Amino acid sequence: MKPGILKGRIWVITDPDTDKLINNIDTDMIYHNAHLAVTEIEKMGQYAFGNLTGWKDFPKKAGEGDIVVCGTNFGSGSSRQHAVDCFRALGVQLIIAGSFGAIYKRNAINSGMPILTYPDVDDAKIKSGDEVEVDLEKGKLKNITTGEYLPNADPFSIVQMDIYRAGDLFEYAKALG
Amino acid sequence: MGKTIIEKILQNHTEDRVEPGKIVWIELDVRSARDFAGANVVKNFEKHFPGEKVENPDKTFFTFDCNVPANTIAYAENQHLCRLFARKQGIQVYDVDAGIGSHVMLYEGLALPGGTVVGTDSHLNIMGAIGCFGQGMGDSDIAFAFKTGKTWFEVPETIKITINGTYDYPTTGKDLILFILGKMGAAGALGKCVELYGEMVDRLDLEDRITVASMGTEMGAISIVIPPSDEIIKFYRDMGKKFNPVFADPDAKYSQELEFDIQGLRPHIAKPPHPDDTVPVDELDEIKVDSVFIGSCTNGTYKDIKIAADILKGKKVAPGVMVKVVPATRETYGRLLEDGIIQVLFESGVIVSNPGCGGCAQGQIGMTGKGEVQISTSNRNFKGKQGSGFTYLASTVTASASAITGKIATLPARVIVRK
Repeated sequence: MKPGILKGRIWVITDPDTDKLINNIDTDMIYHNAHLAVTEIEKMGQYAFGNLTGWKDFPKKAGEGDIVVCGTNFGSGSSRQHAVDCFRALGVQLIIAGSFGAIYKRNAINSGMPILTYPDVDDAKIKSGDEVEVDLEKGKLKNITTGEYLPNADPFSIVQMDIYRAGDLFEYAKALG
Repeated sequence: MGKTIIEKILQNHTEDRVEPGKIVWIELDVRSARDFAGANVVKNFEKHFPGEKVENPDKTFFTFDCNVPANTIAYAENQHLCRLFARKQGIQVYDVDAGIGSHVMLYEGLALPGGTVVGTDSHLNIMGAIGCFGQGMGDSDIAFAFKTGKTWFEVPETIKITINGTYDYPTTGKDLILFILGKMGAAGALGKCVELYGEMVDRLDLEDRITVASMGTEMGAISIVIPPSDEIIKFYRDMGKKFNPVFADPDAKYSQELEFDIQGLRPHIAKPPHPDDTVPVDELDEIKVDSVFIGSCTNGTYKDIKIAADILKGKKVAPGVMVKVVPATRETYGRLLEDGIIQVLFESGVIVSNPGCGGCAQGQIGMTGKGEVQISTSNRNFKGKQGSGFTYLASTVTASASAITGKIATLPARVIVRK
């Protein structure tokens, strides 16, 4: 059974100049179209955020179990699944964002990649390197490093939890029989 | 709390509680794949569910309409892969002769008011024309739908648009939607449903409803949903179909309520390369036309092509102008043949092809070359979509009038004959 509570180190994806969360990160900034021919997930990790100013070295810094926090409209743009899979390849276990592009959301949920919509993301007292605990079912967040509870995120929907627990959309179909 | 049309349709197809922003599982009345992406649906299905059956072959269809008959080896192979899978599974194929899948579903009554339809066509939200939920999806999603008969969907918010006033021929439903698109912009309804109301909307026939709903994608909408009129309900009842037409509750909650005044609306046109860059046709400078395309899921119905023939009858296409007409379906083609309409078009110098997506899909009836100016009745004029030329989007009336004068900036009223 996949865990309903995740713990991990946070990366807050901010603009290096303003220190503010970057909004509207599109799929070309996440995973540039120059690498679309890659089909093996293991090879996609090295290109994550490869076209996002200030974050090109993210694949070198990120580790297994990390959690990525982004601004609004994350993953807008094309329908490429690579933009979800590159994070799975790096072992990123959760993406939290103010909001997601519709197709990105669909792709992430279908592939069993946990994502949380976090309307209050701008007000959350977290910084890169903090350890956080996230309850996917309730949307509760706690900053373990500071000991503080944070404003709630939108909890997983039933559908999202069904697919996540099964593994992905196709595994869920098999579970239905 | 009251519900919008889309909320009620989804609620009728799920056990989950429907409210905007919530993701719910929905039962699908129709699951379809076309030749574009169809092969990937089959490959996904066979990879993940080897040797298994689709949930219900009677609700599952292939509709080939993009490249018909296939003129590339890749398309031919993909179509045949789908055919072999369909034979094994007992799935009906509307093959390369049938025409545009969405129109086949609308006119054969596979799609019904209040129903749910998915497929690999990004304009499948055209089903909103009859108050039906339609949605284009990727090949993984459709393979899952083939296997389970379900899909998940995030319930969208709905925008209510009321259209005040009326217009007369030669203004058509195409001009109405081009006008609305110009007001809303390419992302004006992003991720939302749009419900349309008003006297003119009530009056729209099935064909004009199809035209209007076919351009929801161009304003970013999940779907434009039009409450079914008595005429629409009768059309499907006369076929012997059973269904529950759905209307919004009086206290339905909308994210936005807009009103547009269209009294005396003039014919509109979208300039390349943006479908939402629309102006009244008579405000354009004189522009020479090289080619004309009449067809597509937006304006390829019998009514459209009859309008073209009425305008072209006894006249000749302007010298040097290539005019291509593609009926939407085989059924349309048959009626045109029977009524002598194809003869009229032939005599005026028009190329009439077999039914299908025509100018919107590479291959079927040619593309535009660099610098070529085309006037098209379709729904998209993005760079490269219909070739490397410039594509203007307009009604069948404007396109037909331009075919005769060889110029776009022609007031249709000068050349058209009254219906």
